[in-house]
Amino acid sequence: MIRYHRPTTLTEALSIRAGEDVAILAGATDIYPAAANRRAWGDPTHKDVLDITAIPGLRGVTESAHGWRLGCLVTWSDIARADLPRQFDGLRQAARQVGGQQVQNRGTLLGNLVTASPAGDGIPNLLALNAHVEVAGRDGTRMLPVADFLTGYRATALAPDEIAVALHIPKLPRAVSGFRKLGARHYLVISIAMVAAVIDIDENGRILMARLAIGACSATAQRLPGLEAELRGTSLYHADKVPEARHLDHLSPIDDIRASGAYRREAALRLLRDLLWDLGE
Amino acid sequence: MIAFTLNGAPASTDAAPFAPLSDTLRESLGLTGTKVGCEAGDCGACTVLIDGAQACACLVPTAQAEGAAITTIEADHPVLARLRAAFLAHAAAQCGICTPGMIMAAADLLLRDAVPDAQAVRDAIGGVLCRCTGYQKIVEAVLAAAQGFTPVEQEAPAGEAVGASLARLDGWPKVLGTERYGADATPADALWLRVVRSPHASARFTLGDIDAARARHGLHAILTAADVPGLNGFGIMPALKDQPVLADGFVRYRGEAVLALVGERSAVEAVRDADLPITWQPLPALIGVEAARAEGAPLLHDHAPGNILVQGRLARGNPDAVHATAAATAEGAFTTSFVEHAYIEPEAGHAIPREDGMDIIACTQAPYMDREEVARVLGIAEDAVRIIPSACGGGFGGKLDVSVQPLLAVAARRVNRPVRVTYSRTESMASSTKRHPAQMHATMSADADGNFLAYTLEGDFNTGAYASWGPTVANRVPVHAAGPYRVPHVRAQARAVHTNEPPSGAFRGFGVPQAAIATEALVDDLALQLGHDRWAIRRRNALGRGDVTHSGQVLQASAGLPDCLDALKPEWDAMLAKVEAHNADNPRHRLGAGIACMWYGCGNTSMSNPSRMRAVLARDGRLTLFNGAVDIGQGSTTVIAQIFADALGLPVHSIDFVLGDTALTHDAGKTSASRQTFVSGRAAMETGRALRARILALANAGEDARLSLTGTTLTVTDGVGAARTIDLAALPADLDAEGRYDPPTTALDADGQGIPYATYGFAAQIALVRVDTQLGTVKVEEIVAAQDVGRAINPDLVLGQIHGGIAQGLGLALMEEYIPGRTENLHDYLIPTAGDVPPIRVHLIEDPEPEGPYGAKGVGEPALVPTAPAILGAIRHATGVRIDRVPVLPHRLWEAMR
Repeated sequence: MIRYHRPTTLTEALSIRAGEDVAILAGATDIYPAAANRRAWGDPTHKDVLDITAIPGLRGVTESAHGWRLGCLVTWSDIARADLPRQFDGLRQAARQVGGQQVQNRGTLLGNLVTASPAGDGIPNLLALNAHVEVAGRDGTRMLPVADFLTGYRATALAPDEIAVALHIPKLPRAVSGFRKLGARHYLVISIAMVAAVIDIDENGRILMARLAIGACSATAQRLPGLEAELRGTSLYHADKVPEARHLDHLSPIDDIRASGAYRREAALRLLRDLLWDLGE
Repeated sequence: MIAFTLNGAPASTDAAPFAPLSDTLRESLGLTGTKVGCEAGDCGACTVLIDGAQACACLVPTAQAEGAAITTIEADHPVLARLRAAFLAHAAAQCGICTPGMIMAAADLLLRDAVPDAQAVRDAIGGVLCRCTGYQKIVEAVLAAAQGFTPVEQEAPAGEAVGASLARLDGWPKVLGTERYGADATPADALWLRVVRSPHASARFTLGDIDAARARHGLHAILTAADVPGLNGFGIMPALKDQPVLADGFVRYRGEAVLALVGERSAVEAVRDADLPITWQPLPALIGVEAARAEGAPLLHDHAPGNILVQGRLARGNPDAVHATAAATAEGAFTTSFVEHAYIEPEAGHAIPREDGMDIIACTQAPYMDREEVARVLGIAEDAVRIIPSACGGGFGGKLDVSVQPLLAVAARRVNRPVRVTYSRTESMASSTKRHPAQMHATMSADADGNFLAYTLEGDFNTGAYASWGPTVANRVPVHAAGPYRVPHVRAQARAVHTNEPPSGAFRGFGVPQAAIATEALVDDLALQLGHDRWAIRRRNALGRGDVTHSGQVLQASAGLPDCLDALKPEWDAMLAKVEAHNADNPRHRLGAGIACMWYGCGNTSMSNPSRMRAVLARDGRLTLFNGAVDIGQGSTTVIAQIFADALGLPVHSIDFVLGDTALTHDAGKTSASRQTFVSGRAAMETGRALRARILALANAGEDARLSLTGTTLTVTDGVGAARTIDLAALPADLDAEGRYDPPTTALDADGQGIPYATYGFAAQIALVRVDTQLGTVKVEEIVAAQDVGRAINPDLVLGQIHGGIAQGLGLALMEEYIPGRTENLHDYLIPTAGDVPPIRVHLIEDPEPEGPYGAKGVGEPALVPTAPAILGAIRHATGVRIDRVPVLPHRLWEAMR
């Protein structure tokens, strides 16, 4: 019998988490498909469940002088509807392209990160936003940059007694942002490749700082440090001319049912140029 | 207890907190209007509103319902009422299994946005998959509901039903959520069955102490091959029952049934396969037809030397010599993939053992065939088995074969209690039949004027581990392969090849869609070589009345392909002009136009396939049609009633129905081969006429008399207005009548010559696509179809078939590829969503078929056939690349363009 915990305080949740190997459940949009897949081939077992949705304070988008805090129960639809500035445009676009509206209404952004799928649509955006993860443990909280939080294919730095409780995103008042997702159908589609960008510009459109990330082309989504450096100081209006294949050399796209690795590499470059062209418009 | 508000009233449940809300609604609270299609958030069939926002109930722990307001299809709400009425009036529900989810998703939108546009509607329903409608009618219905649509109850006066777009007669339960599919309305005392399936494509296995395992897991039974009381085999071909109900020490594909666990639900669901005493010895698997046909390949079945189950052949004239001297010759090799039916209702049903037999209530397309199979497996007489079809949530050929039926029967016999089963999505996909992957090499030649001269095709059709409908495909393909064109010299050979892959069976078109992909590409090649317009070369060669087919049959009537092409000509020209104008200054996003034709024989190939109907006008005034045809969403219940009503001369709404119950109805054959309107419809017409003749005789009235029925008073008014009344209650017996029809065909000789079908459907389609030549992505922008249906008995239902066929053809062309072990769910296996199917316009061509009821012939399969080749032709037009493999996933097109 699967035990189901639904504590009402974070302290209680952390105590349960520390005491046994539980599956943390929020939006539940990844847990049930995985369980159905195992069950179909004869494994009906499941970890005990720690449902964190009854804990107050984990919901909501709050703004401070430095940035925003997105609680771990913030859903895709919450993001799509929130009053957030342009630096969130890419994330907002992703929020409207994940699954169908049913999944957008229940699935959480932080859950997307914790699942750590290479094709997680939120992850390139969080990298581009320079998001940090607030991780709670029994001894307090720690903050990790998303790039450090992700340690590999479906793997994170979350310790067995920790819970990721929020995302922190620093402010970039002038930044523009965007997201491009490529899939083989319109709705309900897992990405073949995707790109996200957050680009800070001055009043003349000169790039002060660019953060770009590509998903579904490596075991984890990857920033593009070489390209980011080259973009610095160039005009946003010509930024689409800058990306070259060499900027993607550190990616390791694979062949799978959705696409070939060679195609992914080329498509990612094309998406990147398209996105920068869009942002320069 | 978990407490919440359910459809406006307080509710609570003691269901497990981790149980998906969909399961709790259905199994604990009895609200089976919420459907379960995938248990993974991929199909949206279980969409409900939680605090006003749509959610997949299969992804919501019941615990999270605590304190929430849950709204399901059963709710009483004015927005739902408007949506229900609009779905019905707009023919937006076909099989109806997605309808509750669609309506709830649409309600979510209309509660937030009272006046949405079409794009907002598509966004709102984008998370609900429909496999029947192509979505266009659904979007129209939601827009109509937003505008406060209140439909008028449609009634056709006596004699005016045929040709009227009546709302489907079985529609209300579908939009109310009260329709009972295979997993609904199961007996409370039923035990549950779960099938243990092979994870290996090819393996031997031995079983340990099964009874000890049964006891250890607290089960009522673990069934093995040894428990099958009759023949442990089933299959479509009368003399080839090659697929075991439960494998006997040897499996031939991943997903094959090995054991059946029977017991209380909790016990059955707790068992880990790894804890069962099965010892596997995996063997090398034959994957793909090359492996199966290779020298020295192991044989899957003794009766299939070289792993070739059967070869179909058609030969006429001397095509090789003509190819060698023709002005233009085109050839190519073409490959298609396994395609999954992806009906949104996974196989489900229950069995009730009777002292003297067995009742099976399950989703099916073929109740009489199910009865034969179950009787054979149980080793009892056929008339001891009763098949009561549940509503069928989509079939498309995939529910022609038995699935759950023999397993349920064996289990219920063994435990002597009702037993139920519902396949999971993955189980459904892994175990059920598929469209045959084809590898075809074809050559076509023409003279300098563009007249087709010769055609040859060699095709290997991967029929998987068991025969299923493989022979049917192998026989149907050669007849149709050269396309609906005058071609004097033809040779076509199709082999059904066994592999260690899922059994390929029947899927809308029986191999013809695959062959059309090859043939229509070659037609385009010839047009290109000769400098002809692609429409013009098809029009020049199109089969028409009086022409001789490749099997030597003279088309005496109802051959409307020339009319179809003529109807499309202005739109084809406009499409070409649009492409040219656009592409002149758009090097990257290029448009392309494509065209394809098809023909399709209605009914079984050169085989008797009769339908028989019965009607009773009872002394209590009730008029009942006993109709054995199973309506799987396509609308046969409505269409057959319209035909019967007009033949009899009473209004369609005066008819009661008994449908597809083997104990109560005659055999109306299978719902396959586009035969129900044509064959069963004709039988219904004969039945109506026979009953009318009895009434007229009683009244001594002439053929032109009008009938009316009020209570038990039947009034017969003759041509000059004189009325006679018959008091039905005073008659010595009910008035009954029967009608039968079997389409006239002849056997095919060794060269495939003869009359394989009594009539053929014809169609042509044009497609406009937009290709991103950098990314290799394809967006279908528009499809225009012209289809000769003989007579459209119910034009809206005909459109529904055409829209739905086009959506499936689009999937075949662009995204659908079943790979065992890799695309066994609806997020890795992609079918078109509401955002993928373009606007569709349809020209209905009515070249009446004298054999058909009121001139009608089959509609269901033909619409799918031309879509993929038209899209592929359009991609080629846009890119210059001839596509030789489907689906054209973006990376494949990108690679082909490099």
